[in-house]
Amino acid sequence: MALTQDPRPTTRWAATPSSGELVCLSLGGAVIFFGSWQLIAMSGLVSQYVLPSPLTVLAQIYQLEAEPFAGFLLHQHLLSSLERFLLGFLLAAVLGIPLGLIMGRYRMLDEIVTPLFEAYRYVAPLAWVPFAALWFGTGIGGPVMVIFTGAFAPCVINAYRGARFVERYLIEAAQTLGASNLRIMREVLLPGALPSIVAGLRVSAGLGWQSLIGAELIVVSSGLGYVMVQGQSNLAPDIVMSAMLVIGVVGLCIDVALRAAERWLSRRWGRV
Amino acid sequence: MGTRVSRIRFDNVSKLFPRGNGAIAALEDVSFEVEDQEFVTIVGPSGCGKTTLMRMVAGLETPTLGSVLVGDRPVRGPGSDRAVVFQQFALFPWKTVGENIAFGLKSKGVSRSKRVELISHYLKLMKLEGTEDSYPHQLSGGMQQRVAIARSYAIEPEVLLMDEPFGSLDAQTRTIMQEELIRITAANPRTVLFITHSVDEAVYLADRIIVLSRHPGRVREIIDVNAAREQDGWSARAIEDVMETPSFTHLRAQVWKLLREQMSGASE
Repeated sequence: MALTQDPRPTTRWAATPSSGELVCLSLGGAVIFFGSWQLIAMSGLVSQYVLPSPLTVLAQIYQLEAEPFAGFLLHQHLLSSLERFLLGFLLAAVLGIPLGLIMGRYRMLDEIVTPLFEAYRYVAPLAWVPFAALWFGTGIGGPVMVIFTGAFAPCVINAYRGARFVERYLIEAAQTLGASNLRIMREVLLPGALPSIVAGLRVSAGLGWQSLIGAELIVVSSGLGYVMVQGQSNLAPDIVMSAMLVIGVVGLCIDVALRAAERWLSRRWGRV
Repeated sequence: MGTRVSRIRFDNVSKLFPRGNGAIAALEDVSFEVEDQEFVTIVGPSGCGKTTLMRMVAGLETPTLGSVLVGDRPVRGPGSDRAVVFQQFALFPWKTVGENIAFGLKSKGVSRSKRVELISHYLKLMKLEGTEDSYPHQLSGGMQQRVAIARSYAIEPEVLLMDEPFGSLDAQTRTIMQEELIRITAANPRTVLFITHSVDEAVYLADRIIVLSRHPGRVREIIDVNAAREQDGWSARAIEDVMETPSFTHLRAQVWKLLREQMSGASE
């Protein structure tokens, strides 16, 4: 860290910490969290079965990768979860973003869809699990539908908001330059709404990833959620926590990737 | 020149906007004609419906009463025979200068090689060489408006509609752009409808000036500028010299008087 070269006064933390300082803060937070967890687990105040220590969990993660649990190795469970997640998430984006853009452009569709949509988005994705299993089975279809129901709403809402915020004169300029509606959608509304859409995708990814684990708790026979259920029935809290840790870290990675995409977009077009 | 064809015609046009339970009139019984390749500026007090008038020619608004004709056909929606230059430039921020200019050409189905040719031609005309791959936010306001003008010109419209295009530029840039516009329209004549708040600009650019009355907008007076332009040889002089000529100062005073009368509400 180049703290010594920093010309700003030492009281700067209150204002805007540098990126190096931010990384230190994040790392510090993690160290304090895991350190306290380890200390509490080692103190013997709580039983191993109630709170396994972080080191036990790490060892368990290694173990899960060394020999199959519930039929598969850990990374195979992870990959089958990721596959379902990506399918459901992409489906939500591919259907949700155009719907949101069209709603933003045509008042009438907006009036028709919005009330239905407002009701739908308050139904938790997990509530769809029985129907998902019934309609699409417990193979890949059911879980994908559950992720879809979780990820769909933020895609639509953010594309819609983004489209509403595209300056009217840009749409009019495109019209007077003879652009078709499809072209206005693709070349004006979509790029104009993109920052908002990417923000929506971040929310979508979070909700979709959460919903997926929920779906796997109930219907399927592989995946991280399934590992958790099996760990629970084997009275192995360290296995449950291993899966939780992997879920959290993968979720963090997804968010970091989408945030990087967001920054890249705003830099490229000189607007936030 | 010579062929006196009417390019734009307003026949008893009124425009009402819904407001609460009733309606509010923006324009009332407006009639005038613009000849082919004529440069007409429109001035009037704020809120007199200048922009609404232009938007009706662009096809972005429809008249409540009467009809707006472009080339003898009533306007039905926007079309690439009429290009608009907006006060906010309205460049697509996610497209480069070249891509912005190409946008309208693609709509018209111009081939790729022809597009490249037209883009470089209009970049040169607008003195924008070397900016083709820049994004709009990398350019100054004046440059951005040059791009917008190039984009409008490139689709080779019959009518150019300009809604206070220099309104957001600083005074010096504005003056240069006015001279540029005279140069460009002399080289590539178009029918131009130009809306402005500035009396100097209206007089300097116009063949004719239409002065609108206070809200709701009506045609108060149509002033011919061409005679003065020819008489004092404006086109050969720099803008600051033109503004010193007796014909210019006389016209400016005339427009100011009409505007002042509208603003104080003394007339009618």
